[in-house]
Amino acid sequence: MQRGPFNWKTLWPYAAVFAALLFLPMALSRFYIYITAVIYVTALLAMSLNMVVGHGGLYQFHHAAFYGVGAYTCALILVRTELPAWVAFAAAPFAAAFTGLLIGWFCVRLNKLYFGMLQISLGSLLWAIVFRWYDLTGGDDGIHGVPIPDAISTINTSYYFILLVLAACVSVMYLIYRSPFGKTLQAIRDNPERCEAVGINVRRHQLMGIVVATFFAGIAGVLFVVVEGSVFPDLLFWVLSLEVFIMCLLGGWFTFAGPMVGAAVTVALRTFVGTYTEYWTLILGVILILLIFFLPEGVMGFIIEKVQGGEAEE
Amino acid sequence: MDFGQSITLSAVGVHLLVGLSRAMILFIVSSGLSFVLGVLRVPNVAHGSLYMIGAFAAFTLNNAFGGGSAGFWLALVLSPFVVAGVALVAERALFCHLYQREHLMLLLFTFALMLILGDLVKMVWGADYRSITTPEVLEGSLPILGSSFPKYNLFLLIVGPLVAVGLYLFTNKTKIGKIARAAAVDRDMVDAIGINVSWVFAFAFVLGCFLAGLGGALVAPTISVTLGMDHDIIIEAFLIVTIGGLGNMWGALLGSLIFGVTQSLGVLLWPQFAIVFPYLAVVIVLVWRPTGMLKSVW
Repeated sequence: MQRGPFNWKTLWPYAAVFAALLFLPMALSRFYIYITAVIYVTALLAMSLNMVVGHGGLYQFHHAAFYGVGAYTCALILVRTELPAWVAFAAAPFAAAFTGLLIGWFCVRLNKLYFGMLQISLGSLLWAIVFRWYDLTGGDDGIHGVPIPDAISTINTSYYFILLVLAACVSVMYLIYRSPFGKTLQAIRDNPERCEAVGINVRRHQLMGIVVATFFAGIAGVLFVVVEGSVFPDLLFWVLSLEVFIMCLLGGWFTFAGPMVGAAVTVALRTFVGTYTEYWTLILGVILILLIFFLPEGVMGFIIEKVQGGEAEE
Repeated sequence: MDFGQSITLSAVGVHLLVGLSRAMILFIVSSGLSFVLGVLRVPNVAHGSLYMIGAFAAFTLNNAFGGGSAGFWLALVLSPFVVAGVALVAERALFCHLYQREHLMLLLFTFALMLILGDLVKMVWGADYRSITTPEVLEGSLPILGSSFPKYNLFLLIVGPLVAVGLYLFTNKTKIGKIARAAAVDRDMVDAIGINVSWVFAFAFVLGCFLAGLGGALVAPTISVTLGMDHDIIIEAFLIVTIGGLGNMWGALLGSLIFGVTQSLGVLLWPQFAIVFPYLAVVIVLVWRPTGMLKSVW
């Protein structure tokens, strides 16, 4: 049965969650509002990665590089220039997408692991430059005290700003996911040879997928600056890239909304387990291994499978 | 731009030698990574953690044997075996059940292992900086090319080629080495002629990790041993293996030389951006030859 992209039957849970999140700040303390905002930023980053990893089947190993480019572009324009804030916010996703285009252009010529390794090396080059260019980026200290526009500088207003941007982005991602372009990307993931044979330009579609995904990663970078007011080179470090990868796995990378669940679980784990013990990565590692052994479809994939009786969404 | 000291021939020579000795450490670590990658087809992200464990184990063993010369040599010989033991347990308990899964899962498994091992090291050794003193034989420097060159780096320049030759002989002349190489090329065929592939894989994994431990033990006297050294080495080793050709031991050697030498010459040319040079070299190589300089076993 052909359904429209916005079918009430499948979307009401999302709408309900969104409505509930609008009222969340009234029930939470400052600290929890902040953590929730961090979850949103991370969720957007994970969702953008999953566009190419889960739906595109690409080994996008250094997604954090584009997130970092977005965050640094935004922060640098806000700190170093007199331009209005919206210019910084608008420029950052385009800078990230342009970086994605450049790096992707080299990477899509390769397959699987070679794709991933080339991307890690190109991303690490960016990281090394940001890490050492003290005059521009502040080097390993990063940039602190980035001036955020007054309208979204308090914890409550920034929460609403980030939530709305996230909701808008996820809606657009959903449209892309259900669009002919998204379907083509998923088809390429499942069988690149056959797609090539029916006349689809596989490389070009993959490159477009990367550009779109890195654009959203750039938006996530902007949101990071809004919530933290600072940037540092770790945003471009490969460890973060793999962490985001794990969020997609955790939530279920063949589902649409799974990465958001994965991001929420990971950030919550870091925050709350982190207050009890300094060994939270040990616990994350153990959870991950359990997941790989027993729940390879991810949390969301598992739930959807149970709800829909063995037939996972897409 | 603040350029380094004036570039004289002797300075270039010494930096070249320092770069080469750094390349030897990189080679020992990345050849292990390359071996695992070649045989098991798994990029082992936990390789850097095993290198870190090698360095910490060397520190502990060195102290346990009362430091000094005897402590150093015993630590150097024994700590790779400690690392190999850790690898064997991880492989037999967990990893060997996953070989049928897709690569991404295996990669994420090794990442999980990295997270766990990193925290275990923090539990056992804490977050302090540790250092090991070199034995008297290797202390001090020698005058070379009109500058002084640390004896320990000279020692590394001898150990590196020895490991390369040893590894070559092992993979080409011994039966188990040949089986491992055969399993890398056609695993099903090796299985079909009645060889227990699971144990071949275990062996290859443990040998690769042994090399990581050896690298860690060798590097320990030259740096301060601390948490986080796993993150730095693993990315370098990965890039070296990629530019060399996945699974190709000589490629790992070539890649290490490029990486080590560009880094040390970078220090000479433009110290602030020294770490950028090797990454730039990697990018240039990969744009020129995307699948590495030498033939990959894949």
